[in-house]
Amino acid sequence: MLYGYAGRILRVNLGDGSKEVTDTPEEMAREFIGSRGFGSKILWDELDADVKPFDRDNIIVMAAGPLSGVLLPSSGKISFHTKSPATGGYADSNMGGHICAELKQAGYDAVVIEGRAAEPSYLYLEDDEVEVRPAGDLWGMGCFEGEEYLKEELGEDAQIALIGPAGENKVKYACIGHDFGRQAGRCGVGAVMGDKNLKAVAVRGSRTIPLKDPEAVYEKGKAMYQEVFDNPGFLEWTPEGTAGVTDWINEIGSFPTKNFWTGYFEDYDKINGRAILEQILVTHKGCFSCPIPCGKYSTGTVGDEDFVVEGPEYETIAMMGGNLMLDSIEKVAYVNKVADDLGLDTISGGNVIAFAIECFEKGLLDEEMVGRTLEWGNVDDVAYVLDLIARREGIGDLLAEGVRYASRQIGGGSQQFAIETKGLEWSGYESRWAPSQMLAYATADVGAHHNRAWGITYDIAVGRDALEGKAEKIVELQHLRPLFDALGICRFPWVEIDFDLQHYEEIFKIVTGMDFSWEDLLRASERIWNLNRAFNMKHIPGFGREDDSVPERFFEEDVPTGPAEGHRLPRADFEKLLDRYYELRGWDVNGRPTPETLAELGLDFVIEELDLQ
Amino acid sequence: MSALRLAVNQDNCSGCRVCQLVCAMEQFSENNPKKGRLGIHGRFPEPGKYEISYCDQCGVCADVCPVEAIEEHDDGYYWVNEELCTGCMLCVEECPRDVMFTHPDRETPFKCVDCGVCVTYCPRNAIYDADDPQRTKYKEFEEVQ
Repeated sequence: MLYGYAGRILRVNLGDGSKEVTDTPEEMAREFIGSRGFGSKILWDELDADVKPFDRDNIIVMAAGPLSGVLLPSSGKISFHTKSPATGGYADSNMGGHICAELKQAGYDAVVIEGRAAEPSYLYLEDDEVEVRPAGDLWGMGCFEGEEYLKEELGEDAQIALIGPAGENKVKYACIGHDFGRQAGRCGVGAVMGDKNLKAVAVRGSRTIPLKDPEAVYEKGKAMYQEVFDNPGFLEWTPEGTAGVTDWINEIGSFPTKNFWTGYFEDYDKINGRAILEQILVTHKGCFSCPIPCGKYSTGTVGDEDFVVEGPEYETIAMMGGNLMLDSIEKVAYVNKVADDLGLDTISGGNVIAFAIECFEKGLLDEEMVGRTLEWGNVDDVAYVLDLIARREGIGDLLAEGVRYASRQIGGGSQQFAIETKGLEWSGYESRWAPSQMLAYATADVGAHHNRAWGITYDIAVGRDALEGKAEKIVELQHLRPLFDALGICRFPWVEIDFDLQHYEEIFKIVTGMDFSWEDLLRASERIWNLNRAFNMKHIPGFGREDDSVPERFFEEDVPTGPAEGHRLPRADFEKLLDRYYELRGWDVNGRPTPETLAELGLDFVIEELDLQ
Repeated sequence: MSALRLAVNQDNCSGCRVCQLVCAMEQFSENNPKKGRLGIHGRFPEPGKYEISYCDQCGVCADVCPVEAIEEHDDGYYWVNEELCTGCMLCVEECPRDVMFTHPDRETPFKCVDCGVCVTYCPRNAIYDADDPQRTKYKEFEEVQ
């Protein structure tokens, strides 16, 4: 018997409403841990190379990990996996809130969603009850109204993940919303739900999560909380949450501003964490079991509209604040609310709109094409374009495809400032003077996302121009950070308040009974990393080194203003870093894992399927 | 008079449910916040707050119990004597604070017995000991908010 795991995997076919419950395979648990690892393995096993993201045969896996829902700090992270409409490759996107613990308590480690419903539907799970229900009036609703509607129908304690109009209209960066403000934002996971006619997943669970040694877990869990309380970071970091990093990122000249034109925003102190606390905060809002709530529930008025929103957190401040040059926290919170309600990722959304404004500025888009003029720092322009995108109306239909596709259509040199990697828009760290972070963006499995390896602190610590040791650091972080995603927990206690990693090794043992060292767990994380690489090789024709690229702007233009002024990473240095990175990973110069590397990681089935011998 | 008087500062609650988790572990040795003995209710999207429902040991449950299965302990809290309880759930219906809890696993209701573990582990001083509000180890908490 597995401990820590709920022990079952649910498979639902939306087309015919059939369902199947199987035991969670012990071998998969040992080799791929859970959550991110389960999603990766299931996608690999079940998706043929010719399945397109919007084919009926694409699947969505929502998965929890062995530590999800367990009594330890911040154990409520769920991940969604699918073939990405943004990149055509591997996608995962995770979020906190309460639905992960709820899913475990309903008795499932993962739900595999197949097929396409004939009519708009939602999936209801309550312990053994599984039902595909008609969405009815729910279809078309924004995320807030939709969640409220479902909670009224199902009860306040039902946990709901849902899409907004952007997901329904298959915007390539549509997100999945939950708990009035949490999002699985990236890679277009919400668009695949929309394609499947699946408006929402509602979960309610009553079961006890089986633990190998409940008494030991209770003692260890309590000790972990106590250590958080005693940690100075607890009181320093919690009040502002992720927004607290704004000042520092701006100070080091890495705050994306004006479509990553520069890394410094003059008005940063009007949109930082302090501004949230002083001007718009309603309450601190946390995820399941989390003692350091980063959610800041806020309120404001823009024009004649009063609104509430969870946020903005750092990424939204960066991508919709600095990058769009909005100069008040209320305005950033407002566009945050508009995007969340429409079900659009604020990272890609902010990036795409910045791209559109720069196109407008350069005469590549005009008033006739857009329906109005566009300028930096105009909150109404942003809300207007977000709405067009979510509804795929006018220029919104093109912008809904993301900056890679849009720049190819618009032409006129716009590809140089289309800030994406692998087709996924960059998130909130301008990296021309941060080689580690640049490499992290280039090599992240899902496309340009910071959370696989947050290397920028390392750049600052060891010297920003240095290259030595940086590929090593990124490889290390790409195993360590995503390991939290495989365990199904949040990394913030470690990242933000420097919580001792040793705790996780210890609690993993007493929760699961599996005698894994931290090194064993990191090894599993490396296995997952390589499997995702192989997924991209299988699904993206010719996938390799060229896909680990960064936008031309970063090689062609020095940072023009601020603390990083005059800096950029020479292309030759970037290639050097990439060479070293591949070498460390045991990949060839084209970025493809060698058969030896795969065999060493126990991924022989990959060698066979990709015919690499 | 109960040994522990619970009090809450609703505005501090972030909805994390640590209180329910430790409660269920303490009382049932189960990792299952659905067996916690206090309630957390999110009021979203508006006004955007959490409400904590907790037992103040008022004794209404004992008063209405037709078989006198709910007894007052020497320490001042009321507890359900499972050997006497018939599971009629009248106490659940009558509890003025909705803090007599039930669970599909259990034939009898369960309630707070003032163990205080929620107070110790609430990360935000949202639930505290009215007679010892400084019991927390992080007194600076209020100042930095």
